[in-house]
Amino acid sequence: MLRFIVRRTLQLIPTLGGLSILLFIWLQRLPGGPEYALLPDDATEEQRAQLRRSLGLEEPLTVQYVRFLRNILQGDLGTSLQTGRPVVEEFFTRFPATFELALTAILIAVTVGIPLGYLAARRRGGVLDFAAVGGSLIGICTPVFFLAFLLKVVFAERLGVFPSAFRLSPGLNRTDLSGFVVLDGLRTGELDVVWDALMHLALPGLALASIPLAVIVRMTRASVLEVLDEDYVRTANAKGLQRRTVRGRHVLRNAMLPVVTAIGLLTGSLFAGAVLTESVFAFPGVGSFVYAATQTRDYPVLTGFILLIATMYVLINLLVDISYSLLDPRVRAQ
Amino acid sequence: MGSSTPLLAVEELSVVFDGRGSGEVRAVDGVSFTLEEGRVTGLVGESGCGKSVTSLALMGLLPPRGVRVGGSAVLRTGDTEADLLRLSPKKMRDLRGSQLAMIFQDPLSSLNPVVPIGRQVTEILTRHRGLRGSAAEKEAADLLYRVGIPDPKRRLKEYPHQLSGGMRQRALIAMAVACRPRVMIADEPTTALDVTIQAQILELLKDLVTEEGTALLMITHDLGVVAGLCDDINVLYAGRAVETAPREPLFADPTHPYTVGLLGSIPRLDAPRGEPLTPIRGSVNDNIAWNDGCAFAPRCDHYTLDCLQGPPRLVRSETGDAHAHRCVNPVRHADVVDRAVLESPSVVGDEEERA
Repeated sequence: MLRFIVRRTLQLIPTLGGLSILLFIWLQRLPGGPEYALLPDDATEEQRAQLRRSLGLEEPLTVQYVRFLRNILQGDLGTSLQTGRPVVEEFFTRFPATFELALTAILIAVTVGIPLGYLAARRRGGVLDFAAVGGSLIGICTPVFFLAFLLKVVFAERLGVFPSAFRLSPGLNRTDLSGFVVLDGLRTGELDVVWDALMHLALPGLALASIPLAVIVRMTRASVLEVLDEDYVRTANAKGLQRRTVRGRHVLRNAMLPVVTAIGLLTGSLFAGAVLTESVFAFPGVGSFVYAATQTRDYPVLTGFILLIATMYVLINLLVDISYSLLDPRVRAQ
Repeated sequence: MGSSTPLLAVEELSVVFDGRGSGEVRAVDGVSFTLEEGRVTGLVGESGCGKSVTSLALMGLLPPRGVRVGGSAVLRTGDTEADLLRLSPKKMRDLRGSQLAMIFQDPLSSLNPVVPIGRQVTEILTRHRGLRGSAAEKEAADLLYRVGIPDPKRRLKEYPHQLSGGMRQRALIAMAVACRPRVMIADEPTTALDVTIQAQILELLKDLVTEEGTALLMITHDLGVVAGLCDDINVLYAGRAVETAPREPLFADPTHPYTVGLLGSIPRLDAPRGEPLTPIRGSVNDNIAWNDGCAFAPRCDHYTLDCLQGPPRLVRSETGDAHAHRCVNPVRHADVVDRAVLESPSVVGDEEERA
């Protein structure tokens, strides 16, 4: 098992290496280099060429790539053109918010999606099945930003049940330990902060959860239906096992295998998908910052964002593979 | 057949599937047979003749919707009698695994791939015998050892994909015999295995029946298996028994043209080289409804217009009391039987598979 984890972790190195090359090429191909962004419009060609030289942009690509890679490895992603602060620092202050949002979304999707998909499969053709399949189709088809606006207008502005923006109510006193509001609140015992944070997470979390929820419902349903037809489920019934044993040990455990993979992929996509949701709810996470960066062509921030998302993806996939191998002994053997 | 009261008496069992849009399908159409202590009863026929559906009906494992089951299947245990077809799902669940056990065709797909073998054996011990923890594990190891799995303690921790095909089938048999069931149903238990393993598994089943006095219902398309294992045989065609007899008269003097055809399509070891096999014409789908006449008539060499005068009845054959056939033009003194068929089950079975 340990060997599997080590081997799987080492496989991350070529993946991330390949990613860095792609990212580097992308940066090279961008129109309008820094000589246009940094110098005033009336600068001469001579001044621009000199800036390129001083930034090392005239050196061979290999040299530039090695420097690019070294900077990344040293945690230097450059300086944000918007704020003038180091990109890494900017992300550090914003990432906890996005993380909490993505986690909320995936928790909603998993805790609602798996039971719903399972029940839909068990009552195939019934009202619940119809509602779950139809509802998830709507969930997949509805653009997240539209749903986010809808939720905001109805629940925040009309009904006033939830706050409509930000991560916490203004003027709330809290002890900041890590930037993770809910976690900090639980550690310091400031339960009013936890409650306030959760209320603020509810609507954006729900909006962000819509697509993963729909996908998980459908995958769980399909997977359970498939497993219910398996010979080993018939064997379990032939042994006269109690229904709950058959369902838990023989049906659910096998049906979860493809769902676990899907959950991993969906979680990765949530970090990227949070951009729009955060913008709608003025949620101070990575997403809204990156959204602003796309408006101002803040390339260092965008590069850092791509790197961050890709790393999250890769790490989540590692977690998926490890949990998969815990669930399915056949994977370990290979 | 034996004189004692049967352990399980199946009377006029019928299973009808409500086909969606395509009309209903009568998979089993009035099949009767009995199972007795320490005896092996065979259900023989081609794919689609209703033999597997029969076994699932007896086990109560047919899908809950879209199926109608008729007739009766009375199980006698001690002084009590229960009709398996009319028991509540909960009572059936109590009987399955304890009084009634089943061994399935494909051992790999019949075992849960993500649960260790040991757990799959102990769960039935926990359910029906209340054994837990180390007691259950010890009993499970004993069971595996009993069905011929060496080093059972290690095997308990392994997963199905780590076992060989024969060992998987042995593990399934261990689960089936775990609670000493009175009735065991084996649905093509050797089809997925290679020849030498087939013979070993059949030997094991035979021993278990003899030692425990279990009644075994053997479902197979393999006449080699039938010859080697079964005491009483029911040949099924299109959901009805077309011939029923103890082993000796069936092989020595088959009377229904379908049985004769089945025996004729087995390669004979003493046949001259190059002699073609005689397959039965057509396929199992070339049927007519039993109500209009004999379902086998379109494929039958002995067919006359009499065959189409309503459903043929099961009549006693000349050769013995327990021998009956459902045919208006029975075959007499058919010369199809190779003595070798009776003596070497597994070899013939394999040849038939390849043919």
